[in-house]
Amino acid sequence: MKLVVIAGPPSAGKTALTKQIVKNFKDKMKIAYLKIDVVKAYEDQELAKDYNILTKKIYSGDLCPDHAGVMVLGDVLEWAEKNKVDLLIIESAGLCLRCSPYVNQGLGIVVLSSISGIHAPEKMGAMVSLSDIAIVTKIDLVSQAEREVLIQKIKDVHPQIILMETNALQGTSLTYLYSLIENSQDIDRNNLFLKGNPPLGTCTICIGKKDIGWKNHFGVIKKLDGQITEYLYRGE
Amino acid sequence: MIREITILPGYDKNGAAESFSSITLKAGETTSIVGPTGSGKTAFITDIELLAQKDTTTRRQVLINGDIPKDPYRYNPSIRPIAMITQNTKCFADLSTEEFLEVHARARKIKNSKAVITETIDLANTFTGEKITNISKVTVLSGGQTRALLIADALLIGAAPIILLDEIENAGIFKQEIINIIQKTSKMVLFVTHDPVIALLTKKRIIMENGAVKKVIFQNETETQAAENLLELDKRVGILREKLRAGYELTDDSFRVKFA
Ligand SMILES: Nc1ncnc2c1ncn2[C@@H]1O[C@H](COP(=O)(O)OP(=O)(O)OP(=O)(O)O)[C@@H](O)[C@H]1O
Ligand SMILES: Nc1nc2c(ncn2[C@@H]2O[C@H](COP(=O)(O)OP(=O)(O)O)[C@@H](O)[C@H]2O)c(=O)[nH]1
Ligand SMILES: [Mg+2]
Ligand SMILES: [Mg+2]
Ligand SMILES: [Zn+2]
Repeated sequence: MKLVVIAGPPSAGKTALTKQIVKNFKDKMKIAYLKIDVVKAYEDQELAKDYNILTKKIYSGDLCPDHAGVMVLGDVLEWAEKNKVDLLIIESAGLCLRCSPYVNQGLGIVVLSSISGIHAPEKMGAMVSLSDIAIVTKIDLVSQAEREVLIQKIKDVHPQIILMETNALQGTSLTYLYSLIENSQDIDRNNLFLKGNPPLGTCTICIGKKDIGWKNHFGVIKKLDGQITEYLYRGE
Repeated sequence: MIREITILPGYDKNGAAESFSSITLKAGETTSIVGPTGSGKTAFITDIELLAQKDTTTRRQVLINGDIPKDPYRYNPSIRPIAMITQNTKCFADLSTEEFLEVHARARKIKNSKAVITETIDLANTFTGEKITNISKVTVLSGGQTRALLIADALLIGAAPIILLDEIENAGIFKQEIINIIQKTSKMVLFVTHDPVIALLTKKRIIMENGAVKKVIFQNETETQAAENLLELDKRVGILREKLRAGYELTDDSFRVKFA
Protein backbone atom coordinates (compact mmCIF):
# COMPACT_ATOMS: atom_id res chain seq x y z
CA MET A 1 0.00 0.00 0.00
CA LYS A 2 1.21 3.49 -0.89
CA LEU A 3 0.79 6.35 1.57
CA VAL A 4 0.36 10.06 0.85
CA VAL A 5 0.09 12.53 3.74
CA ILE A 6 -1.19 15.95 2.77
CA ALA A 7 -0.73 18.93 5.09
CA GLY A 8 -1.20 22.66 4.74
CA PRO A 9 -3.16 25.52 6.29
CA PRO A 10 -6.96 25.62 6.07
CA SER A 11 -8.25 26.53 2.61
CA ALA A 12 -4.85 26.03 0.98
CA GLY A 13 -6.39 23.59 -1.49
CA LYS A 14 -5.63 20.22 0.16
CA THR A 15 -9.01 18.79 -0.71
CA ALA A 16 -8.95 20.25 -4.22
CA LEU A 17 -5.57 18.56 -4.75
CA THR A 18 -6.82 15.31 -3.20
CA LYS A 19 -9.69 15.28 -5.68
CA GLN A 20 -7.28 15.58 -8.58
CA ILE A 21 -5.15 12.73 -7.24
CA VAL A 22 -8.23 10.58 -6.72
CA LYS A 23 -9.53 11.40 -10.20
CA ASN A 24 -6.22 10.35 -11.71
CA PHE A 25 -5.82 7.06 -9.82
CA LYS A 26 -9.34 5.83 -9.16
CA ASP A 27 -9.47 3.50 -12.13
CA LYS A 28 -6.04 2.02 -11.47
CA MET A 29 -5.95 1.69 -7.70
CA LYS A 30 -8.22 1.09 -4.74
CA ILE A 31 -8.10 4.35 -2.79
CA ALA A 32 -8.92 5.15 0.83
CA TYR A 33 -9.03 8.61 2.33
CA LEU A 34 -8.79 9.80 5.92
CA LYS A 35 -9.63 13.34 6.97
CA ILE A 36 -8.40 14.56 10.32
CA ASP A 37 -9.99 17.73 11.62
CA VAL A 38 -10.68 19.51 14.86
CA VAL A 39 -14.36 20.32 14.85
CA LYS A 40 -15.98 19.86 11.47
CA ALA A 41 -15.10 18.25 8.18
CA TYR A 42 -17.23 17.33 5.18
CA GLU A 43 -14.54 16.16 2.81
CA ASP A 44 -15.05 12.45 3.55
CA GLN A 45 -18.72 12.51 2.54
CA GLU A 46 -18.02 14.56 -0.54
CA LEU A 47 -15.20 12.30 -1.76
CA ALA A 48 -17.14 9.13 -1.00
CA LYS A 49 -20.11 10.43 -2.95
CA ASP A 50 -18.27 11.95 -5.93
CA TYR A 51 -15.63 9.27 -6.47
CA ASN A 52 -17.00 6.22 -4.72
CA ILE A 53 -13.89 5.58 -2.59
CA LEU A 54 -13.48 4.44 1.00
CA THR A 55 -13.39 7.35 3.40
CA LYS A 56 -13.16 7.99 7.11
CA LYS A 57 -12.81 11.02 9.33
CA ILE A 58 -11.77 11.68 12.89
CA TYR A 59 -12.27 14.74 15.01
CA SER A 60 -9.35 15.46 17.29
CA GLY A 61 -11.45 17.53 19.64
CA ASP A 62 -9.28 18.77 22.49
CA LEU A 63 -6.12 17.16 21.20
CA CYS A 64 -3.68 18.75 18.79
CA PRO A 65 -4.87 17.36 15.40
CA ASP A 66 -1.43 16.12 14.41
CA HIS A 67 -1.17 14.43 17.79
CA ALA A 68 -4.56 12.82 17.17
CA GLY A 69 -3.43 11.75 13.70
CA VAL A 70 -0.39 9.99 15.12
CA MET A 71 -2.51 8.14 17.65
CA VAL A 72 -5.00 6.79 15.11
CA LEU A 73 -2.61 6.19 12.23
CA GLY A 74 -2.04 2.61 13.33
CA ASP A 75 -5.76 1.86 13.30
CA VAL A 76 -6.20 3.55 9.95
CA LEU A 77 -3.42 1.53 8.34
CA GLU A 78 -5.00 -1.64 9.65
CA TRP A 79 -8.41 -0.59 8.32
CA ALA A 80 -6.95 0.25 4.91
CA GLU A 81 -4.93 -2.94 4.66
CA LYS A 82 -7.91 -5.03 5.66
CA ASN A 83 -9.80 -3.40 2.79
CA LYS A 84 -6.99 -4.19 0.35
CA VAL A 85 -6.34 -0.54 -0.37
CA ASP A 86 -3.54 0.38 -2.81
CA LEU A 87 -3.32 4.07 -2.03
CA LEU A 88 -4.10 5.69 1.33
CA ILE A 89 -4.43 9.48 1.35
CA ILE A 90 -4.46 11.33 4.66
CA GLU A 91 -5.53 14.97 4.74
CA SER A 92 -4.45 16.70 7.93
CA ALA A 93 -6.33 19.51 9.62
CA GLY A 94 -3.45 21.80 8.94
CA LEU A 95 -3.70 23.74 12.15
CA CYS A 96 -0.74 22.82 14.31
CA LEU A 97 2.38 24.60 13.14
CA ARG A 98 4.46 23.02 15.86
CA CYS A 99 3.93 19.45 14.75
CA SER A 100 3.94 17.85 11.35
CA PRO A 101 2.03 14.76 10.31
CA TYR A 102 4.65 13.27 7.98
CA VAL A 103 6.08 9.79 8.46
CA ASN A 104 9.38 8.28 7.31
CA GLN A 105 7.77 6.37 4.43
CA GLY A 106 5.43 7.30 1.59
CA LEU A 107 5.12 10.92 0.49
CA GLY A 108 4.62 14.02 2.62
CA ILE A 109 3.03 16.83 0.65
CA VAL A 110 2.58 20.39 1.87
CA VAL A 111 -0.03 22.46 0.07
CA LEU A 112 0.42 26.22 0.02
CA SER A 113 -1.79 28.76 -1.62
CA SER A 114 -0.27 31.51 -3.78
CA ILE A 115 -2.25 34.04 -1.81
CA SER A 116 -1.32 32.86 1.66
CA GLY A 117 1.26 35.59 2.08
CA ILE A 118 4.95 35.77 1.52
CA HIS A 119 5.96 34.87 5.07
CA ALA A 120 3.76 31.77 5.27
CA PRO A 121 6.55 29.30 4.35
CA GLU A 122 8.73 30.54 7.21
CA LYS A 123 5.89 30.56 9.68
CA MET A 124 4.78 27.05 8.85
CA GLY A 125 7.91 25.45 10.27
CA ALA A 126 7.99 21.67 10.18
CA MET A 127 4.94 21.48 7.93
CA VAL A 128 7.20 22.81 5.14
CA SER A 129 10.69 21.81 6.23
CA LEU A 130 9.87 18.11 6.74
CA SER A 131 7.76 17.62 3.63
CA ASP A 132 8.98 15.91 0.47
CA ILE A 133 6.90 17.88 -2.00
CA ALA A 134 5.34 21.33 -2.00
CA ILE A 135 2.35 22.03 -4.19
CA VAL A 136 1.56 25.70 -4.71
CA THR A 137 -2.12 26.18 -5.56
CA LYS A 138 -4.27 29.06 -6.83
CA ILE A 139 -1.68 30.13 -9.37
CA ASP A 140 -4.59 31.36 -11.45
CA LEU A 141 -5.04 34.20 -8.97
CA VAL A 142 -1.62 35.85 -8.97
CA SER A 143 1.03 37.09 -11.38
CA GLN A 144 3.93 34.96 -12.46
CA ALA A 145 6.53 37.20 -10.77
CA GLU A 146 4.71 36.82 -7.48
CA ARG A 147 4.62 33.03 -7.84
CA GLU A 148 8.36 33.01 -8.39
CA VAL A 149 8.86 35.14 -5.29
CA LEU A 150 6.80 32.72 -3.17
CA ILE A 151 8.64 29.70 -4.57
CA GLN A 152 11.95 31.34 -3.73
CA LYS A 153 10.74 31.81 -0.14
CA ILE A 154 9.76 28.13 0.10
CA LYS A 155 13.19 27.13 -1.21
CA ASP A 156 14.82 29.35 1.40
CA VAL A 157 13.08 27.24 4.05
CA HIS A 158 13.62 23.86 2.39
CA PRO A 159 16.21 23.90 -0.43
CA GLN A 160 15.73 20.22 -1.39
CA ILE A 161 11.95 20.31 -1.67
CA ILE A 162 10.30 19.16 -4.90
CA LEU A 163 8.14 22.07 -6.00
CA MET A 164 5.14 22.10 -8.29
CA GLU A 165 2.50 24.66 -9.10
CA THR A 166 -1.08 24.01 -10.03
CA ASN A 167 -4.51 25.42 -10.47
CA ALA A 168 -5.97 22.76 -8.20
CA LEU A 169 -9.51 23.34 -9.45
CA GLN A 170 -8.41 22.26 -12.93
CA GLY A 171 -5.55 19.98 -11.91
CA THR A 172 -3.07 21.56 -14.31
CA SER A 173 0.53 20.33 -14.58
CA LEU A 174 0.27 17.51 -12.05
CA THR A 175 1.64 14.67 -14.18
CA TYR A 176 4.98 14.76 -12.35
CA LEU A 177 3.23 14.45 -8.98
CA TYR A 178 1.25 11.48 -10.27
CA SER A 179 4.43 9.77 -11.38
CA LEU A 180 6.05 10.38 -7.98
CA ILE A 181 3.04 8.79 -6.27
CA GLU A 182 2.96 5.92 -8.72
CA ASN A 183 6.66 5.20 -8.19
CA SER A 184 6.63 5.59 -4.40
CA GLN A 185 7.48 2.51 -2.35
CA ASP A 186 4.80 0.52 -0.59
CA ILE A 187 4.95 1.20 3.13
CA ASP A 188 6.07 -1.26 5.78
CA ARG A 189 3.74 -0.80 8.70
CA ASN A 190 6.20 -2.17 11.24
CA ASN A 191 8.83 0.41 10.47
CA LEU A 192 6.75 3.55 10.35
CA PHE A 193 7.92 6.54 12.37
CA LEU A 194 7.08 10.19 12.67
CA LYS A 195 9.55 12.42 10.87
CA GLY A 196 9.40 15.34 13.24
CA ASN A 197 9.97 15.41 16.97
CA PRO A 198 6.59 15.67 18.62
CA PRO A 199 6.19 18.28 21.38
CA LEU A 200 7.66 17.23 24.69
CA GLY A 201 4.36 16.72 26.42
CA THR A 202 0.91 18.04 26.97
CA CYS A 203 -0.57 20.32 29.55
CA THR A 204 -3.89 21.21 31.06
CA ILE A 205 -4.49 23.71 28.24
CA CYS A 206 -3.88 21.13 25.55
CA ILE A 207 -6.51 18.90 27.08
CA GLY A 208 -9.08 21.64 27.06
CA LYS A 209 -9.18 23.32 30.46
CA LYS A 210 -10.43 26.82 29.94
CA ASP A 211 -9.26 28.54 33.11
CA ILE A 212 -7.03 31.56 32.77
CA GLY A 213 -3.86 32.12 34.81
CA TRP A 214 -0.96 30.15 36.18
CA LYS A 215 -2.59 28.85 39.30
CA ASN A 216 -5.09 26.80 37.32
CA HIS A 217 -2.63 24.90 35.21
CA PHE A 218 0.15 22.37 35.38
CA GLY A 219 2.12 20.37 32.88
CA VAL A 220 4.54 21.57 30.23
CA ILE A 221 3.95 25.27 30.07
CA LYS A 222 6.21 28.06 28.96
CA LYS A 223 6.04 31.31 30.86
CA LEU A 224 6.33 34.48 28.83
CA ASP A 225 9.69 35.36 30.35
CA GLY A 226 10.48 31.97 31.82
CA GLN A 227 13.67 29.99 31.56
CA ILE A 228 13.74 26.94 29.31
CA THR A 229 14.41 24.77 32.36
CA GLU A 230 11.17 25.98 33.91
CA TYR A 231 9.13 24.23 31.24
CA LEU A 232 7.76 21.73 33.72
CA TYR A 233 5.25 23.60 35.73
CA ARG A 234 3.33 22.16 38.66
CA GLY A 235 0.72 24.81 39.27
CA GLU A 236 0.66 27.54 41.90
CA MET B 1 18.24 29.44 -27.35
CA ILE B 2 14.60 29.59 -28.18
CA ARG B 3 13.97 29.78 -31.89
CA GLU B 4 10.33 28.88 -31.89
CA ILE B 5 7.49 27.38 -29.96
CA THR B 6 4.83 25.12 -31.42
CA ILE B 7 1.30 24.72 -30.14
CA LEU B 8 -0.45 21.46 -30.95
CA PRO B 9 -4.26 21.36 -30.92
CA GLY B 10 -6.45 20.34 -27.99
CA TYR B 11 -10.21 20.40 -27.55
CA ASP B 12 -12.80 23.18 -27.34
CA LYS B 13 -15.22 23.70 -24.46
CA ASN B 14 -17.58 21.04 -25.84
CA GLY B 15 -14.80 18.51 -26.24
CA ALA B 16 -14.53 18.81 -30.04
CA ALA B 17 -11.00 18.66 -31.44
CA GLU B 18 -9.48 21.97 -32.55
CA SER B 19 -9.21 22.35 -36.32
CA PHE B 20 -5.64 23.66 -36.75
CA SER B 21 -2.79 21.21 -37.20
CA SER B 22 -0.14 23.27 -35.41
CA ILE B 23 0.76 26.90 -34.73
CA THR B 24 4.41 27.94 -34.69
CA LEU B 25 5.59 31.23 -33.22
CA LYS B 26 9.11 32.49 -33.85
CA ALA B 27 11.55 34.70 -31.96
CA GLY B 28 11.10 38.38 -32.81
CA GLU B 29 7.48 37.81 -33.84
CA THR B 30 4.49 39.58 -32.34
CA THR B 31 1.11 37.87 -32.13
CA SER B 32 -2.25 38.96 -30.82
CA ILE B 33 -4.96 36.73 -29.41
CA VAL B 34 -8.44 38.12 -29.98
CA GLY B 35 -11.99 36.92 -29.41
CA PRO B 36 -15.03 37.51 -27.23
CA THR B 37 -14.97 37.40 -23.44
CA GLY B 38 -14.71 33.84 -22.22
CA SER B 39 -13.52 32.49 -25.59
CA GLY B 40 -10.32 31.05 -24.11
CA LYS B 41 -7.71 33.76 -24.77
CA THR B 42 -6.23 33.61 -21.30
CA ALA B 43 -6.39 29.81 -21.36
CA PHE B 44 -4.38 29.85 -24.62
CA ILE B 45 -1.49 31.90 -23.26
CA THR B 46 -1.61 30.06 -19.94
CA ASP B 47 -0.97 26.85 -21.89
CA ILE B 48 2.19 28.46 -23.25
CA GLU B 49 3.19 29.76 -19.83
CA LEU B 50 2.82 26.32 -18.24
CA LEU B 51 4.35 24.58 -21.27
CA ALA B 52 1.22 22.43 -21.30
CA GLN B 53 1.62 18.73 -22.07
CA LYS B 54 -2.01 17.73 -22.56
CA ASP B 55 -2.43 18.28 -18.81
CA THR B 56 -4.48 21.49 -18.77
CA THR B 57 -8.21 21.96 -19.42
CA THR B 58 -7.64 22.57 -23.12
CA ARG B 59 -5.38 19.48 -23.47
CA ARG B 60 -3.07 21.35 -25.85
CA GLN B 61 0.63 20.52 -26.09
CA VAL B 62 3.45 23.05 -26.36
CA LEU B 63 6.89 22.31 -27.86
CA ILE B 64 10.08 24.36 -27.66
CA ASN B 65 12.21 24.26 -30.84
CA GLY B 66 10.11 21.29 -31.91
CA ASP B 67 10.79 19.19 -28.80
CA ILE B 68 8.95 18.39 -25.60
CA PRO B 69 10.40 20.74 -22.95
CA LYS B 70 12.56 19.15 -20.24
CA ASP B 71 11.05 18.62 -16.78
CA PRO B 72 12.92 21.31 -14.83
CA TYR B 73 11.52 23.90 -17.22
CA ARG B 74 8.05 22.70 -16.58
CA TYR B 75 8.19 22.68 -12.79
CA ASN B 76 10.24 25.73 -12.01
CA PRO B 77 8.77 28.97 -13.30
CA SER B 78 11.95 30.90 -12.50
CA ILE B 79 13.95 29.00 -15.11
CA ARG B 80 11.14 28.94 -17.61
CA PRO B 81 11.99 31.14 -20.58
CA ILE B 82 8.62 32.82 -20.32
CA ALA B 83 7.23 35.84 -18.50
CA MET B 84 3.50 36.33 -18.27
CA ILE B 85 1.63 39.43 -17.17
CA THR B 86 -1.79 38.23 -16.07
CA GLN B 87 -5.11 40.01 -15.88
CA ASN B 88 -4.69 40.08 -12.11
CA THR B 89 -3.72 43.48 -10.87
CA LYS B 90 -3.10 42.70 -7.23
CA CYS B 91 -0.04 41.52 -5.37
CA PHE B 92 -0.41 39.69 -2.07
CA ALA B 93 3.24 39.64 -1.03
CA ASP B 94 3.77 41.78 2.02
CA LEU B 95 6.97 43.32 0.68
CA SER B 96 8.16 46.71 -0.54
CA THR B 97 8.72 47.12 -4.27
CA GLU B 98 12.46 46.92 -3.73
CA GLU B 99 12.25 43.76 -1.58
CA PHE B 100 9.87 42.13 -4.04
CA LEU B 101 12.22 42.76 -6.96
CA GLU B 102 15.18 41.66 -4.85
CA VAL B 103 13.65 38.25 -4.11
CA HIS B 104 12.56 37.88 -7.72
CA ALA B 105 16.09 38.72 -8.92
CA ARG B 106 17.39 36.07 -6.52
CA ALA B 107 14.88 33.54 -7.91
CA ARG B 108 16.18 34.40 -11.38
CA LYS B 109 19.78 33.98 -10.15
CA ILE B 110 20.79 37.59 -10.81
CA LYS B 111 23.84 38.65 -8.78
CA ASN B 112 24.33 42.27 -7.67
CA SER B 113 20.73 43.10 -8.35
CA LYS B 114 20.82 46.71 -7.02
CA ALA B 115 21.24 48.34 -10.42
CA VAL B 116 18.62 46.27 -12.21
CA ILE B 117 16.12 46.92 -9.40
CA THR B 118 16.53 50.68 -9.77
CA GLU B 119 16.29 50.32 -13.56
CA THR B 120 13.10 48.27 -13.23
CA ILE B 121 11.40 50.83 -11.00
CA ASP B 122 12.47 53.64 -13.35
CA LEU B 123 11.12 51.78 -16.37
CA ALA B 124 7.85 51.04 -14.57
CA ASN B 125 7.52 54.76 -13.89
CA THR B 126 7.67 55.51 -17.61
CA PHE B 127 4.57 53.29 -18.03
CA THR B 128 2.47 54.88 -15.32
CA GLY B 129 1.59 58.41 -14.31
CA GLU B 130 1.45 57.76 -10.59
CA LYS B 131 5.01 57.34 -9.29
CA ILE B 132 6.14 54.04 -7.77
CA THR B 133 8.93 54.39 -5.20
CA ASN B 134 11.28 51.67 -3.96
CA ILE B 135 9.61 51.68 -0.56
CA SER B 136 6.02 51.46 -1.86
CA LYS B 137 4.44 48.24 -0.58
CA VAL B 138 3.44 46.09 -3.55
CA THR B 139 0.16 45.32 -1.80
CA VAL B 140 -1.00 48.95 -1.97
CA LEU B 141 -0.04 49.70 -5.57
CA SER B 142 -2.98 50.50 -7.84
CA GLY B 143 -3.98 48.13 -10.64
CA GLY B 144 -2.14 50.23 -13.23
CA GLN B 145 0.96 50.59 -11.07
CA THR B 146 1.05 46.86 -10.40
CA ARG B 147 0.80 46.09 -14.13
CA ALA B 148 3.49 48.68 -14.93
CA LEU B 149 5.82 47.22 -12.33
CA LEU B 150 5.21 43.65 -13.46
CA ILE B 151 5.79 44.49 -17.13
CA ALA B 152 9.05 46.25 -16.29
CA ASP B 153 9.96 43.28 -14.10
CA ALA B 154 9.22 40.85 -16.95
CA LEU B 155 11.40 42.84 -19.34
CA LEU B 156 14.39 43.40 -17.07
CA ILE B 157 14.40 40.84 -14.26
CA GLY B 158 12.45 37.98 -15.86
CA ALA B 159 14.30 39.03 -19.05
CA ALA B 160 12.53 36.15 -20.72
CA PRO B 161 12.66 35.59 -24.48
CA ILE B 162 8.91 34.95 -24.52
CA ILE B 163 6.53 37.55 -23.08
CA LEU B 164 2.81 36.99 -22.66
CA LEU B 165 0.65 40.03 -21.95
CA ASP B 166 -2.99 39.67 -20.94
CA GLU B 167 -5.04 42.78 -21.78
CA ILE B 168 -2.51 45.46 -20.90
CA GLU B 169 -4.87 48.08 -22.30
CA ASN B 170 -7.22 47.82 -19.34
CA ALA B 171 -4.78 49.00 -16.73
CA GLY B 172 -4.71 52.71 -17.51
CA ILE B 173 -1.00 52.59 -18.23
CA PHE B 174 0.87 54.14 -21.13
CA LYS B 175 0.34 51.40 -23.71
CA GLN B 176 2.34 53.27 -26.33
CA GLU B 177 5.53 53.26 -24.26
CA ILE B 178 5.24 49.53 -23.73
CA ILE B 179 4.60 48.78 -27.39
CA ASN B 180 7.59 50.91 -28.42
CA ILE B 181 9.93 49.00 -26.15
CA ILE B 182 8.55 45.61 -27.07
CA GLN B 183 8.72 46.28 -30.81
CA LYS B 184 12.41 47.07 -30.51
CA THR B 185 13.32 43.77 -28.87
CA SER B 186 13.97 40.42 -30.46
CA LYS B 187 11.54 38.71 -28.10
CA MET B 188 8.51 36.61 -28.94
CA VAL B 189 5.56 38.64 -27.70
CA LEU B 190 1.91 37.61 -27.42
CA PHE B 191 -0.80 40.11 -26.62
CA VAL B 192 -4.23 39.03 -25.49
CA THR B 193 -6.19 42.08 -26.48
CA HIS B 194 -9.48 43.77 -27.26
CA ASP B 195 -7.62 46.82 -28.60
CA PRO B 196 -7.67 47.23 -32.41
CA VAL B 197 -4.40 49.18 -32.39
CA ILE B 198 -2.51 46.36 -30.71
CA ALA B 199 -4.29 43.73 -32.79
CA LEU B 200 -3.37 45.46 -36.05
CA LEU B 201 0.22 46.11 -35.01
CA THR B 202 1.03 42.45 -34.56
CA LYS B 203 2.20 40.19 -37.38
CA LYS B 204 -0.25 37.42 -36.58
CA ARG B 205 -3.73 37.33 -35.12
CA ILE B 206 -5.13 34.24 -33.47
CA ILE B 207 -8.91 34.27 -33.30
CA MET B 208 -10.51 32.38 -30.40
CA GLU B 209 -14.03 31.02 -30.08
CA ASN B 210 -15.62 28.62 -27.60
CA GLY B 211 -12.26 27.69 -26.06
CA ALA B 212 -10.67 26.86 -29.40
CA VAL B 213 -8.48 28.55 -32.01
CA LYS B 214 -10.84 29.42 -34.83
CA LYS B 215 -8.44 31.05 -37.28
CA VAL B 216 -4.94 32.42 -37.67
CA ILE B 217 -4.67 35.58 -39.76
CA PHE B 218 -1.49 37.23 -41.07
CA GLN B 219 -1.29 41.01 -41.08
CA ASN B 220 -1.84 42.40 -44.63
CA GLU B 221 -0.61 45.64 -46.15
CA THR B 222 -3.87 47.53 -45.71
CA GLU B 223 -3.81 46.55 -42.08
CA THR B 224 -0.25 47.79 -41.64
CA GLN B 225 -1.40 51.17 -42.95
CA ALA B 226 -4.55 51.12 -40.86
CA ALA B 227 -2.37 50.39 -37.86
CA GLU B 228 -0.20 53.42 -38.63
CA ASN B 229 -3.25 55.66 -38.85
CA LEU B 230 -4.82 54.23 -35.74
CA LEU B 231 -1.56 54.69 -33.92
CA GLU B 232 -1.57 58.41 -34.80
CA LEU B 233 -5.14 58.66 -33.63
CA ASP B 234 -4.37 56.69 -30.51
CA LYS B 235 -1.51 59.06 -29.67
CA ARG B 236 -3.85 62.02 -29.94
CA VAL B 237 -6.42 60.30 -27.78
CA GLY B 238 -3.61 59.59 -25.35
CA ILE B 239 -2.57 63.23 -25.19
CA LEU B 240 -6.19 64.21 -24.62
CA ARG B 241 -6.54 61.61 -21.92
CA GLU B 242 -3.48 62.85 -20.08
CA LYS B 243 -4.66 66.48 -20.34
CA LEU B 244 -8.02 65.52 -18.89
CA ARG B 245 -6.41 63.43 -16.16
CA ALA B 246 -4.23 66.37 -15.21
CA GLY B 247 -7.26 68.63 -14.93
CA TYR B 248 -6.78 70.78 -18.04
CA GLU B 249 -9.58 72.38 -20.00
CA LEU B 250 -9.30 72.10 -23.76
CA THR B 251 -9.13 75.50 -25.47
CA ASP B 252 -6.45 74.99 -28.13
CA ASP B 253 -7.85 74.82 -31.66
CA SER B 254 -5.71 71.81 -32.53
CA PHE B 255 -8.01 69.70 -30.40
CA ARG B 256 -10.94 70.39 -32.70
CA VAL B 257 -10.23 67.11 -34.42
CA LYS B 258 -12.83 65.38 -36.50
CA PHE B 259 -12.94 61.67 -35.72
CA ALA B 260 -14.61 60.83 -38.99
N1 LIG C 1 -10.65 24.50 -24.56
C1 LIG C 1 -11.25 24.66 -23.37
N2 LIG C 1 -11.85 23.62 -22.74
C2 LIG C 1 -12.45 23.79 -21.55
N3 LIG C 1 -12.51 24.96 -20.87
C3 LIG C 1 -11.94 26.03 -21.45
C4 LIG C 1 -11.27 25.95 -22.72
N4 LIG C 1 -10.78 27.17 -23.03
C5 LIG C 1 -11.12 27.99 -22.01
N5 LIG C 1 -11.82 27.31 -21.06
C6 LIG C 1 -12.37 27.86 -19.80
O1 LIG C 1 -13.29 28.89 -20.12
C7 LIG C 1 -13.21 29.95 -19.18
C8 LIG C 1 -12.96 31.29 -19.91
O2 LIG C 1 -11.71 31.22 -20.60
P1 LIG C 1 -10.64 32.41 -20.56
O3 LIG C 1 -10.51 32.96 -19.18
O4 LIG C 1 -9.40 31.92 -21.21
O5 LIG C 1 -11.38 33.49 -21.49
P2 LIG C 1 -10.86 34.89 -22.05
O6 LIG C 1 -10.99 34.83 -23.52
O7 LIG C 1 -9.51 35.19 -21.52
O8 LIG C 1 -11.94 35.88 -21.46
P3 LIG C 1 -11.80 37.44 -21.00
O9 LIG C 1 -11.79 38.26 -22.25
O10 LIG C 1 -13.02 37.64 -20.19
O11 LIG C 1 -10.54 37.55 -20.20
C9 LIG C 1 -12.08 29.58 -18.21
O12 LIG C 1 -12.66 29.02 -17.03
C10 LIG C 1 -11.28 28.54 -18.97
O13 LIG C 1 -10.62 27.63 -18.09
N1 LIG D 1 -8.96 29.73 -7.92
C1 LIG D 1 -8.55 28.65 -7.26
N2 LIG D 1 -9.26 28.22 -6.19
C2 LIG D 1 -8.82 27.12 -5.53
C3 LIG D 1 -7.65 26.41 -5.94
N3 LIG D 1 -7.48 25.37 -5.07
C4 LIG D 1 -8.49 25.43 -4.19
N4 LIG D 1 -9.32 26.48 -4.45
C5 LIG D 1 -10.52 26.89 -3.69
O1 LIG D 1 -10.08 27.25 -2.39
C6 LIG D 1 -11.03 26.85 -1.40
C7 LIG D 1 -10.39 25.94 -0.37
O2 LIG D 1 -9.93 24.74 -0.98
P1 LIG D 1 -9.91 23.34 -0.22
O3 LIG D 1 -9.37 22.35 -1.17
O4 LIG D 1 -11.21 23.07 0.41
O5 LIG D 1 -8.82 23.68 0.91
P2 LIG D 1 -8.38 22.77 2.19
O6 LIG D 1 -9.00 23.43 3.38
O7 LIG D 1 -6.88 22.93 2.22
O8 LIG D 1 -8.83 21.38 1.95
C8 LIG D 1 -12.15 26.15 -2.16
O9 LIG D 1 -13.17 27.10 -2.36
C9 LIG D 1 -11.51 25.76 -3.48
O10 LIG D 1 -12.44 25.69 -4.52
C10 LIG D 1 -6.92 26.90 -7.10
O11 LIG D 1 -5.87 26.36 -7.51
N5 LIG D 1 -7.43 28.02 -7.71
MG1 LIG E 1 -10.00 20.12 3.07
MG1 LIG F 1 -8.82 36.58 -20.12
ZN1 LIG G 1 0.70 20.08 17.82
